[in-house]
Amino acid sequence: MRLRGIPQKKRSHILFLYFLSLLYLLSFSFSADAATPPDAPPVILIQDATVMTVSHGTIEHGSILIKDGKIAEVGQSIKAPAGAQVIDGSGQFVIPGIIDCHSHIAAEAINEGSVSVSSMVNMEEVLDPQDIDIYRDLAGGVTAANILHGSANSIGGQTVVIKLRWGQPASKLPFEGAMPGIKFALGENPKRSNFSIPGQPRRYPATRMGVEQTIRAAFSEARDYKKTWDDYNKRVAAGEKSLIPPRRDLKLEPLVEVLEGKRYVHSHCYREDEILMLLRVAKEFGFKVRTFQHVLEGYKIADELAAAGVGASTFSDWWAYKVEAYDAIPYNAALMTRRGVIVSINSDDAEEATHLNQEAAKSMKYGGLSHDEALKLVTLNPAMQLGIDKRVGTIDVGKDADLTIYNHDPLSAYAVVQKTLIDGRVYFDREKDVAHRAEIEKEKKALADKLKKAEQKPEEKKPEERPKPPAPAPTPTAQGEAGQGGAQ
Amino acid sequence: MRKKRASGPRSPLCLFNFLVLLGLVCAPAAGAQTQTPSVYAITHAKIFTLAGSPIEDGTLVIRDGKIRAVGTAVEVPGGAQVIDAKGLQVYPGLFDAVTQMGLSEISAVNSTVDTTETGNYNPDVVAATAIAPSSEHIPVTRASGITEVLAVPASGGFDSGGGRGTLGGQASAIHLAGWTIDEMLIKKSAAMVLKWPQIQTQTFDFATFSRKEKPYTEAKQEYDKQVNELNDWLDRARHYAQAMEKGSVSKYDRDLKLEALAPVVRGELPVLVFANRARDIRNAVAFCDKQKLKMILAGGEEAYKVKDLLRSKEVPVVLRPMLSLPPEEDDPYDRELTQPAELAAAGVKIAIASFDNSFARRLGQNTANAVAHGLSYEEALRAVTMNPAQIFGLGSQLGTLEQGKIANVIVTNGDPLELTTEVKYLFIKGQLTSLENKHHRLYEKYSNRPKPSAAN
Repeated sequence: MRLRGIPQKKRSHILFLYFLSLLYLLSFSFSADAATPPDAPPVILIQDATVMTVSHGTIEHGSILIKDGKIAEVGQSIKAPAGAQVIDGSGQFVIPGIIDCHSHIAAEAINEGSVSVSSMVNMEEVLDPQDIDIYRDLAGGVTAANILHGSANSIGGQTVVIKLRWGQPASKLPFEGAMPGIKFALGENPKRSNFSIPGQPRRYPATRMGVEQTIRAAFSEARDYKKTWDDYNKRVAAGEKSLIPPRRDLKLEPLVEVLEGKRYVHSHCYREDEILMLLRVAKEFGFKVRTFQHVLEGYKIADELAAAGVGASTFSDWWAYKVEAYDAIPYNAALMTRRGVIVSINSDDAEEATHLNQEAAKSMKYGGLSHDEALKLVTLNPAMQLGIDKRVGTIDVGKDADLTIYNHDPLSAYAVVQKTLIDGRVYFDREKDVAHRAEIEKEKKALADKLKKAEQKPEEKKPEERPKPPAPAPTPTAQGEAGQGGAQ
Repeated sequence: MRKKRASGPRSPLCLFNFLVLLGLVCAPAAGAQTQTPSVYAITHAKIFTLAGSPIEDGTLVIRDGKIRAVGTAVEVPGGAQVIDAKGLQVYPGLFDAVTQMGLSEISAVNSTVDTTETGNYNPDVVAATAIAPSSEHIPVTRASGITEVLAVPASGGFDSGGGRGTLGGQASAIHLAGWTIDEMLIKKSAAMVLKWPQIQTQTFDFATFSRKEKPYTEAKQEYDKQVNELNDWLDRARHYAQAMEKGSVSKYDRDLKLEALAPVVRGELPVLVFANRARDIRNAVAFCDKQKLKMILAGGEEAYKVKDLLRSKEVPVVLRPMLSLPPEEDDPYDRELTQPAELAAAGVKIAIASFDNSFARRLGQNTANAVAHGLSYEEALRAVTMNPAQIFGLGSQLGTLEQGKIANVIVTNGDPLELTTEVKYLFIKGQLTSLENKHHRLYEKYSNRPKPSAAN
């Protein structure tokens, strides 16, 4: 389908704005909704809890003072300042909020699978702040997630790190200042081994050889493109006038950012050979791979990963769902850790994300990681991999008050999240959630009864008017436009 | 050919690896099952018989594949191999009641998958026929303390047949050890699989890779047609069974499919009905009631909505993993996690199963999560031992540690449902059985990989 140029676009924008304002007005008529962001109390004191700082051990009967969304003090006993909201943590366990280094929640679309290089598309443009999985993962203790494009392409779309600020608009989800990323993918998925469409020819690449060349070709182009711009900028700087700037290429721009170290590469991969392949290609073109994702055979080449200084973000115990996952072992995280790789455990799945604490615990059984090492797999390590460890990942003074509170040791299958805080706001409170259920049930029943009544009187039947969730605020960036024009 | 039993750690490992492996691989003497129908005595253990209160400092004696004695005042027979289990705990081995064990190796590779026959009415196919005893999934699953499973045709995976109702074939109960299927078999035909048809207004067409919409009336007609077909199959099977009883079958052509359904209509073989939504469950219960079938519900995502019906009709439920998202956006986020407690409190008999192969080892984890959301610990243990055994008519042979039962026993260093607990010894049919598997082997191999030379 082709857009008929600007007028229609404008029309749709106007309609969209109208719709938004309507929603805004409507929102006042609704009662307190689960999707209303919580208040930001200026001062919170969590008292008498087992505080697992991850950075400097565990404090029994410890306290955490939160001021203006940041951790102001951590210690044995802190006196509640006047006006502080006190959270009684007795018998409870506080850890840094869980960070999921591989997630596909909060997105309207995942895979631009039509091309082998889809670097022009950006997950930030399709963030869906009303995806219920944000709330569910929040209830599983997750406070930040790396929202990745799918793995249908050797070079996929641009990625974004978010905080799970349920109830906030799409524009408030991105983790401020976090390095943007891009998804790469190697192996069975980009070569479409398990996804043939009858009657359609196979897309290039169809082999791991072709995947390498697809990436090399893209970076050759990106290098030339960068040179064109560098030359142009040099000439402008030298005072040349009336130069025509090179035409922007929205597919290559993010790859240039990779070459310039301004965008992280997160590469989906399974087999040892393809992992080493990408490291060679990265060396050839002078860029860095930030994380290997899944990396189920990472344990076979842990030394190479450690030497390359690349992070590994893996599953706890998934295996045998395809050939490249047949040598996956639950010892992967521990073995790589022992060889000096920074490892995280991720979800790749909205449900799996609700118990990443449990998934991390498995590395104590499989490979003998310590309690702290296991906890790091879902807190500090993913923070380091995403370059946000100055802000989150441990419980230290000055860091964001992104915290998860459990009723048991979080590295147990019996632990249940009681509260999840982001920026010092309680975004999930189990007690409130449970208390709210009767109300939701009542509302649901009232609506169902109304519908039944309407059905009994067909002459009065009117089409259901259901307000759609507000779409994410449009960000008029170059990448956004390229979404329509980029397919080759 | 029998291979020599695999030995324990062989190569000189570094101390760390050795210690880790020592914790995971059972005593070096216990390789793959060997033909030594030995006498074992597990002593000084805390024994959870599930037939009464836990026994402190107890002894459990195994002889000729069976539990011979369990208690505190039990004498260790002469010649018994003694396992001093001081500080350890003894439980019945776990029973995973829905898996594709041996039927599917790599789910994405069709040539390794034998779970689902084509067509909709295959009551004659039997899981045991296609179970690969050397599947890598078996030792991996065993290492998590699971000693027996049901291999269930037409269950789970991408090939599970969508929404069409099917008579999927006969599920087989097997031990997770044995050189051949005959050595593994507990019960060749433990249940008939019935995938309950769904009223589907939305389907996905793989030929065109697109979603297809259908009006409700059309979808309902299709559903009714399938239910009628199922009724017809069972009516014919009943007539066939009557003819068999009167010895008059020889007058007709032998019909293997109807013959396979005969024990179902006689109420001898339970029907394992896969259904998730409340409406489907209600319809399935009414259908089984009318056809006088012995129903076991499998899946049961919304079983809580019909718990009173399930209790009054005495339909037990094999629940799919609790670690699942709820079906509706406005369901409580922990809807699946609280369901086991809710069903148990309503008096419904529940078992918990993995519905999978590679995630079978999460059985304990799932069950513990149900405990964290209100299920009593005792009922949780029963849901993965005694209850599935009873539900599939194996209660007199398995599921508790009582004299005379098959000695499927695990010895652990803690709660078998907890993530970090290690299984130290495992007995299947009274034989000490290896805990070694593909994952240990790869771990051992790559733990010992020398550092690559600095030249690289």
